[in-house]
Amino acid sequence: MSEKAIDRRRPFAVNWWIRLGWLLALIYALYASYQLDVSWSRFVVGLGNGADFLGEMVPMDFSRWRLLVENLIETVQIAIIASAFGVALSLPVGLLAARNLMPAWVTWPARTCIALCRSFHPVIFAILFVKAVGFGPLAGILTLIFASIGFIGKLFAEAIEEISLKPLEALRAAGAPFMSVIVYAVLPQVLNRFIGFSSYQLDANLRNSTMVGIVGAGGIGGTLFAAFQRFDYDFLAAILVSIIALVMLSEYISQRVKRVFQ
Amino acid sequence: MSASSARRTWQRFSSGERLARFTVFLLMAAALAFSMRTVQVIPEFLLDSPTQVMDLLRRMWPPDYRYYPQGIHTALMETLHIASLGTLLAIVMALPVGVMGANNIVRIPALNWLSKLILVSSRSVNTLVWALLFVAIFGPGPLAGTICIGFRSVGFVGKLFAEALEETDPGSIEALTAAGAPWPSIFIKGFWPQVAPAFWGISLFRWDINVRESAVIGLVGAGGIGMVLDTALNLFYWDRVSIILVSIFTVVILAELLVTAIRKRIL
Amino acid sequence: MNTASTSPGQPEGQQRSLRIEHLSKAYVPGKPVLNDISFSVEGQNSVAIIGPSGTGKSTLIRCVNKLIAPTSGQIYVSGENITRLRGRELRHARRKIGMVFQEFNLVERLSVMENVLSGRLGYVSALRAWRRAYPQSDIDRAFDLLESIGLIDFYRQRADSLSGGQRQRVGIARAIMQAPHILLADEPTSSLDPKTSVEIMEVLVKLSEQHNIPLLINIHDVELAKRFTTRIIGISRGLIVYDGRPDQLSNEHLKTIYGGEEWLS
Repeated sequence: MSEKAIDRRRPFAVNWWIRLGWLLALIYALYASYQLDVSWSRFVVGLGNGADFLGEMVPMDFSRWRLLVENLIETVQIAIIASAFGVALSLPVGLLAARNLMPAWVTWPARTCIALCRSFHPVIFAILFVKAVGFGPLAGILTLIFASIGFIGKLFAEAIEEISLKPLEALRAAGAPFMSVIVYAVLPQVLNRFIGFSSYQLDANLRNSTMVGIVGAGGIGGTLFAAFQRFDYDFLAAILVSIIALVMLSEYISQRVKRVFQ
Repeated sequence: MSASSARRTWQRFSSGERLARFTVFLLMAAALAFSMRTVQVIPEFLLDSPTQVMDLLRRMWPPDYRYYPQGIHTALMETLHIASLGTLLAIVMALPVGVMGANNIVRIPALNWLSKLILVSSRSVNTLVWALLFVAIFGPGPLAGTICIGFRSVGFVGKLFAEALEETDPGSIEALTAAGAPWPSIFIKGFWPQVAPAFWGISLFRWDINVRESAVIGLVGAGGIGMVLDTALNLFYWDRVSIILVSIFTVVILAELLVTAIRKRIL
Repeated sequence: MNTASTSPGQPEGQQRSLRIEHLSKAYVPGKPVLNDISFSVEGQNSVAIIGPSGTGKSTLIRCVNKLIAPTSGQIYVSGENITRLRGRELRHARRKIGMVFQEFNLVERLSVMENVLSGRLGYVSALRAWRRAYPQSDIDRAFDLLESIGLIDFYRQRADSLSGGQRQRVGIARAIMQAPHILLADEPTSSLDPKTSVEIMEVLVKLSEQHNIPLLINIHDVELAKRFTTRIIGISRGLIVYDGRPDQLSNEHLKTIYGGEEWLS
């Protein structure tokens, strides 16, 4: 009763906390801007640069299309190989990490593996792999395989932990071997989501394979970085447009493929 | 009843479904085979890799702990500021763009499309590429990094925010509209309470991602710990690289723990 | 009886049976949920287990196929002691024990046919299970069963598109597919409306008689139990307090089973 009375007197009490929160955020923003030496004048100067920058991007320069296509193909190759192996590996890893199916001594190493794959940004993996296996697409492939395991493995394990265990009980009671229970009662419940994660990961790998090239791990990223450093902004624009077109194409294809499996 | 012996055979998929599946698998296998055969891998590099890895580990161990106070700490704080300020920037930009994208609030298709365009272009360009762009515009330093993080996050926060808005229950909105409430009141009293938890959840989640991303955008000059990492890499100070990696790892884990704790508390 | 389906591994001339001897189960040591339960079921008999909620009816059923490990006692299926079996041997023993569940426990996203055939999973390898490469004889039997439960036209539909009663029929067909030596049913009608409950009991009793499988039903509806089974076992506080014909089950007995008397009228 007393709670109700308080509520009646100050129906918007909660609002003050939220306003305080916004105020704190504002103060923090000012403080952080000061710390980072971010200022309005620098921003305005930058806008001027930005206009020049955009001006230099048009007209786009597709004259080096041969190099562009070669690089794009390498990017696609990296993405395809990394997705294939990444998805193939994350299926067992995700299964082993599901705590409702596996004993703790199995899930623990699998979950550690996933956590390690997730904890570093792919670029950092790329740097280490470039050192280990040299410049080129192999380093990019290895990087993206690790990134895929971290991403799909985690989501897949979570999807399995949400399934209904009732059909599993029924199949166990019928004397089905463990692997049959997995393929017959677990997979049907998670397959759609797994396909969704995998096709998302293919897109993500395509986007990320543009990035790993920046540190020398193959694909179009290297050319992109070089174009930046040489102020080759018209060629840069051509590269960016091709990347976006490629990503959109792959999203379209994966949507079509998903329909087949539904 | 169409009872006949023809019905007695059973297969999981109809022949059309089987053909479609088979085609998809065949195309996937062909794409993989083509990629594997043509991708350029230099075998010498591969054979050399165990030696290289051992060499790398030997150089990385022991980490140069003394370097933390002099070189890393400030850069790490800068990274956190970039992540937080970038997220705030994204929140401020995502609110109007998200509202504009929700087709149950803004009923003008052109504006919906404009919002979609902004959100898609934000997401389809990689963080590192955004960083390169803004370094070219604003010059190297945390300003470029902050704006990069902000622009990159708008797509993520704005898309999920717009989806949350579109899933709101129309009942209470109708009640407010029927009562003749002005548009801002409808939004603040009708929509916002329904989507606020989702919005803060999304923003927190993005902050967690941004901590990871802001740690690497320095590699292309956008400020933070990444710039220190870049210097150490270029100078082959591997014992510094290892302490930097350990620091990033620690901060990333702490950020994730913090976000998990806050989510449990408020959501 | 020539309608009886032949099952591989069934000894010639021996009746299918379940025998439980001195079965006890205690989740917490010293507090048994089941205390020294002994009885047996064979041939075309159907036995109902009744008793108040929480007296271990479900535990008893699940101890039979060792989904729950019994603390002590012996379980024999058609004369074979399965109490100590583990791993592959336990799986092979479970093939002889069919089970029908309260909430049907179908794989919702698979078709009716796949669910019925899943009763044969104990007999095919995981690879064949994945490819759904069942022997033609299994597929023929599945069609026959679907016909006898009246769901032949639904065989391609997904299980989650069926009504509760239809799903339970599929659950029964799946259990019969195993060609079991004992059919267990754990509250098979509790998730269904009264009319469907009667239909399901009819199907259950009809099929188990047709295929010569002894039936052990765990049920809380005493009237259904009396109407459809040939013997009733009443359990209270982990002990058997009644074991006899349904028509001899009196209000006195019900009082000892469930306690109190106000609810009897």
